Amino acid sequence: MSQFLGWIATLPAWLQIVLVIAAFLAVIGLLLFFIEIAPRSGKKYTIVRLAVCVLVPLIAMLLLGSVVWAALIAAVLGALFFYLDYRSKQGAGYLFQLIGFLAPAVILLAIGLIYPTIGTTIQAFQDNRSKGFVGLDNFVWIFTQPYGIRVVVNTIVWVLLVPALSTIFGLAYAAFIDRSRGEKIFKALVFMPMAISFVGASIIWRFVYAAKPADQDQIGLLNQIVVWFGGEPVFWLQNSPWNTFFLIIVLIWIQTGFAMVILSAAIKGVPAEQLEAAELDGTNAWQRFMNVTVPGIRSSLIVVLTTISIASLKVFDIVRTMTAGANETSVIANEMYTQWKGFETGRSAAFAVVLFLLVMPIIIYNARQIKKQREIR
Amino acid sequence: MSAVTPIDVPMSDSTSRQLARGEARVEAATKRTKRRLTSRTATIAALVIAILWTTPTFGLFLSSFRPAGEVATTGWWTIFSNWGFTFDNYLQVLEAGNTQLTMGQAFLNSIAITLPATVIPLVIASLAAYAFAWIDFKGKDWMFIGIFALQIVPLQMALVPLLSLFSRGVNIGGVELFSGLNAGTSYSQVWIAHTIFALPLAIFLLHNFVSEIPRELIEAARVDGASHGQIFFRIILPLTMPAIASFGIFQFLWVWNDLLVALVFADGTVAPITKLLAEVTGKYGQDWHLLTAGAFISIVVPLIVFFSLQRYFVRGLLAGSTKG
Repeated sequence: MSQFLGWIATLPAWLQIVLVIAAFLAVIGLLLFFIEIAPRSGKKYTIVRLAVCVLVPLIAMLLLGSVVWAALIAAVLGALFFYLDYRSKQGAGYLFQLIGFLAPAVILLAIGLIYPTIGTTIQAFQDNRSKGFVGLDNFVWIFTQPYGIRVVVNTIVWVLLVPALSTIFGLAYAAFIDRSRGEKIFKALVFMPMAISFVGASIIWRFVYAAKPADQDQIGLLNQIVVWFGGEPVFWLQNSPWNTFFLIIVLIWIQTGFAMVILSAAIKGVPAEQLEAAELDGTNAWQRFMNVTVPGIRSSLIVVLTTISIASLKVFDIVRTMTAGANETSVIANEMYTQWKGFETGRSAAFAVVLFLLVMPIIIYNARQIKKQREIR
Repeated sequence: MSAVTPIDVPMSDSTSRQLARGEARVEAATKRTKRRLTSRTATIAALVIAILWTTPTFGLFLSSFRPAGEVATTGWWTIFSNWGFTFDNYLQVLEAGNTQLTMGQAFLNSIAITLPATVIPLVIASLAAYAFAWIDFKGKDWMFIGIFALQIVPLQMALVPLLSLFSRGVNIGGVELFSGLNAGTSYSQVWIAHTIFALPLAIFLLHNFVSEIPRELIEAARVDGASHGQIFFRIILPLTMPAIASFGIFQFLWVWNDLLVALVFADGTVAPITKLLAEVTGKYGQDWHLLTAGAFISIVVPLIVFFSLQRYFVRGLLAGSTKG
């Protein structure tokens, strides 16, 4: 396995793409072939099934560089699985098919998400060499240092401002352009930042915020506007605490498009009869919007707010590219990376755990909201 | 984390129906004569927002074609009084970079990382989605909820242990179970990482589509003697192709635009363009002619994908909820 990947790494990039996708599809094809013949009865197919059950774990373990007797244990487990499958109530081959479909995803998730999550949680309570346990020291460090508190506060500011403002802008824009001429073009213009990477967006906005001394021509648009109004150029990204707000604007710029597209679809889904009835009652456009449309799209609003909240909790790229966390702009995700790069694995893991704990209430709230709606119906 | 995520939070049926209805109206709207309900003020407000939202990108785009001297001393809005047009910035930035890599190579790296990292999770996720939708087994609901719940685990929780798994392998009680990839300068780490991180959302979304296929269809196929393998290949794959494609677009943009996973897993000569660009931003902080051109190179691929496939993009965005 490592030899194959090592060998493939020496090839030109385009050849690697083709080879890896081809090799992957070949493995999946083989898997589907065995799934296909698994339920067939007859001695020949039973032997094939047994061979696959024993050989696949054996070869897989050897390819991964395992010691021989661990691979043999895997093969014995495979044989045991064959026996279970053979005696399965739903007929021989049933379990085989099931595992065939599920195994790739489940194995990858187990090694790539479940195991690391547990690992990080344990690390959060260990010292920077992941050896001795230090109890809550890492968390105490975060919440007693002015710097650590600053990082957490910044993250909370992000998660309060970005969802609210993006949703307000998105909702207003969706309402303004609803059924107007050129709606599609209007939508595409505001939606476009969604396709741009956070890194690209950060450079775009760094350019907007660029500042030159007062005696030179400005190249940043924002400072030029300030100068036109007779002000002094400002170094937007250096003065705390306002620099965080200028970073937040970037994420709002990106997420408004998302809010707009979802809410626009929701607004169109509000029954026309309700709006017409309200119109007959003599309401004006604003009253109709606040009393008919907004309650009508309430659940979509919650979905948008939740999604953007989670995105802003995890914000990393923007801070990394624009300030790298300097001048008190750091957030949890950025600090987690910075600490890890500085070989403080314990503190890094502790930041990750804090992030996890902050995401949880949003998900729980959302799940309960849906449960409530189900009960009403 | 990229900006592009389909809705990954659970949504009630009524919400999804409402969104589906609205989306259907969007698509039907071209045929009907449009009645203007919006006032003049609203149109002007919309115009102002649209201009505000587009200007930063437009300024970057314009600046990337201006000569270096002009970019550094005058604003792009003065382009008519300080006229200049050149492709030099692009030629120069493709050769620029760090000690190991130029921007042009990083662009190729991005492609080499993105394509396999889009195809592999889609295939694996559609296999799992089929099992969750159409094979009955004990503990199915429980397991599906578990996979759904994995979405709330922030990437940050998984990065570091996964990296040490790749580089050092697994040892349990001194027994080596996995010797590590020993592949510091290959794409394999970042492929596998992206594949894993995409799976929970991909399985969840594709499951929604796969389970919408009429039961009669699957049962008829079973009566005719089709096995799970055949049903998957002949019925599920063709019918869910639109859904797979629209999730594929997301995964493509997600991987292309990613920085965090690249920073951890793709080092040295295999770094993608986002990583190099983020690095170069510090180094060439004031060389705006290079930065603007570099940024534009990195966003041009997503923009092409976005503008040519916008309809699928929007549909995919609503797909988490509307279930086809």
